[in-house]
Amino acid sequence: MRGSARSGAFILLIPAIVFIVLLFVYPFAYGLYLSLTTADGAFSLGNYIRFFTDGRDLRTIWTTLSIAVPITFINVGLAVPFAYYMRRGVRGERIITFFLIVPITLGTVLVSEGMLSYMGPNGWLNQLLIALHLAKDPVRFTHNYLGVVISLGLQGFPYAFLMLLGYVSGISPDLEKASQMLGASRIQTFWKVLFPLMVPGIAISFCLNFVMAFSVFPSAVLLGQPSGPTRVIAIASYQWAFEKFNFNAASAISMIMAAIELLVISIVLVWRSRMYRGVSVVGKG
Amino acid sequence: MKEFERITVKRMTKRFGDRDAVHDFSLEFFRGEFVTFLGPSGCGKSTALNCITGLIPITSGEIFIDDECIDDSRNKVPPEKREFGMVFQNYALFPHLTVYENVAFGLKLRRFPRAEVERKVGEALKLVHLEGYAAKYPTQMSGGEQQRVAIARCIVLEPRLLLLDEPLSNLDAKLRVELRYELKALHERLKVTTIYVTHDQTEALALSDRIVVLKSGRIQQVGSPVDIFSNPANLFVADFVGYKNAWRTTIDSLNETPEGLSARIRVQGSAIEARLPYPEGDPRRLGLVEAFKAGSPVRTAIRPEDIDVGSFPGMNALRCIADLVEYQGHASQVSASFGDSGGERVRVDLRATAPIREGETVEAAIDPGKILLFPEAPDEAAANDAGAAPGRKGRKPKGRVS
Repeated sequence: MRGSARSGAFILLIPAIVFIVLLFVYPFAYGLYLSLTTADGAFSLGNYIRFFTDGRDLRTIWTTLSIAVPITFINVGLAVPFAYYMRRGVRGERIITFFLIVPITLGTVLVSEGMLSYMGPNGWLNQLLIALHLAKDPVRFTHNYLGVVISLGLQGFPYAFLMLLGYVSGISPDLEKASQMLGASRIQTFWKVLFPLMVPGIAISFCLNFVMAFSVFPSAVLLGQPSGPTRVIAIASYQWAFEKFNFNAASAISMIMAAIELLVISIVLVWRSRMYRGVSVVGKG
Repeated sequence: MKEFERITVKRMTKRFGDRDAVHDFSLEFFRGEFVTFLGPSGCGKSTALNCITGLIPITSGEIFIDDECIDDSRNKVPPEKREFGMVFQNYALFPHLTVYENVAFGLKLRRFPRAEVERKVGEALKLVHLEGYAAKYPTQMSGGEQQRVAIARCIVLEPRLLLLDEPLSNLDAKLRVELRYELKALHERLKVTTIYVTHDQTEALALSDRIVVLKSGRIQQVGSPVDIFSNPANLFVADFVGYKNAWRTTIDSLNETPEGLSARIRVQGSAIEARLPYPEGDPRRLGLVEAFKAGSPVRTAIRPEDIDVGSFPGMNALRCIADLVEYQGHASQVSASFGDSGGERVRVDLRATAPIREGETVEAAIDPGKILLFPEAPDEAAANDAGAAPGRKGRKPKGRVS
């Protein structure tokens, strides 16, 4: 009876398993296989050795991290106070939410195009800055590091904010009241009650934002300098695949990308579990 | 703990929009007292409590601890500096902290040395019978246990005033009674000045030194449980503490004696005599004398259990027909009706220990001393006409004398 019920449940799982195998496990395994072979199909670590010895390619790790890490900290760091202040709802919340969702729904390319003209040397933003005497010459917002970072901010902040808002507004207001009644000031209540409860949300939105920023491609091409300062790791992979038609080398770079992302995610998750367990240490302050 | 003699609330009002959630609330709380705010949901009892804590700013009025003003509606001592403790209906334990850390939360904020924190938390947990639970997380505990942690978290700080906002409402019936006993024992032992908010008259009667009955943000009556239970100030309080049978009528004759009044009324053809223990100067007495002179409507209030079933004929005898019988174990709650044939019937709620079948004729009598009469307040005219049970043969009995 139980056995048949179990096998019945297993049958229901099959479509999901097939789906995961076909769309995730197989491509990943194939990519791993490609990265570990030469074009002739012979086993080789050459693709990895080449990447780590080619200064121009190796530098993409640093370039990408120098874009992804700061903007992820900025996005999540800004999202925390914004979510905190809007946790009980504010006037015009719908309009604010609407304007935050727009850049997500429009897609990277359209946002990048918009930024190119709006923030370009003759764009409104520069005209305004010059009219207000905040700048003498047009400020370069595009085709550089700053352009990519701004674009990732526009795209990543709404994600981080909306996610954290859900977390904070789910915390019972009575917890804040209770903390206050026990003698905690607003700041103490934030750090000892709200922040620890937000930690899981902060960790997840940090991970998602980081992965999104680390795998940046369109804005790095459109808004940056893909040949130099914003030659991110995804561009390197793209060039090996579609300019040099070496899928083995491109796969190796993808695997390195994935490894770095996993590394950062595990650091964040370790931090999360430390924070969530270790709150009593903070409490002893 | 800072010693004090009394906490005084003077003319406190809290306005939300154009409505007063708490209106002109004045009360003194004496040290060691257990005071309950009793009222239906939306009566402003929780708002009043939150205003006293400072969690909700008051619109006008003042709050004093002895001579020290802690809130004058413009300047206030913030809630975290008042040294009050609060227990919430949903426990409000910090889910990321263990039981120990929850109880130690306030002590650590006050920078007690570690050994002292450990000792105090241990004592507090022992007091609420939760030794051995220190390392658990709130989510691993039952509702009753969680509420005990919440109580321990407050009393460990030896608060000047302990405020409990419907602390038992989320618990099931059996636990509610258990924890009620414990609360009572805890108060006997610690003598913490306590304000308790509830909509449950049993809790209020069982726990309180004084009960404050609230309706629409206004105090209806302040008194001891005995006072509130047997000597309600108006029809609302009477209804809330279990009086039923609010028949609307006028007074035929009224005799005044120094100790009280004796009134004759007529309810759907049945003559009823009531002896009211309202002494001279009692506002209820003045109201009734006025209502008699003006011929304006009054309402009766009789507890179902004060109607003697089967003692017919006696004083104030009624011949009723049982419409609906609800068996409750030790007795049955009976919704019956009486009245002239052809006329409208009056609903009567009574309790019967002998078995009664629906449709059966019930002979009942009411001790004149067990009937209360109140002049009808303007807003009660409409309110109490509703709520009649479906009558027999399609007729709806109404609490009205034609």
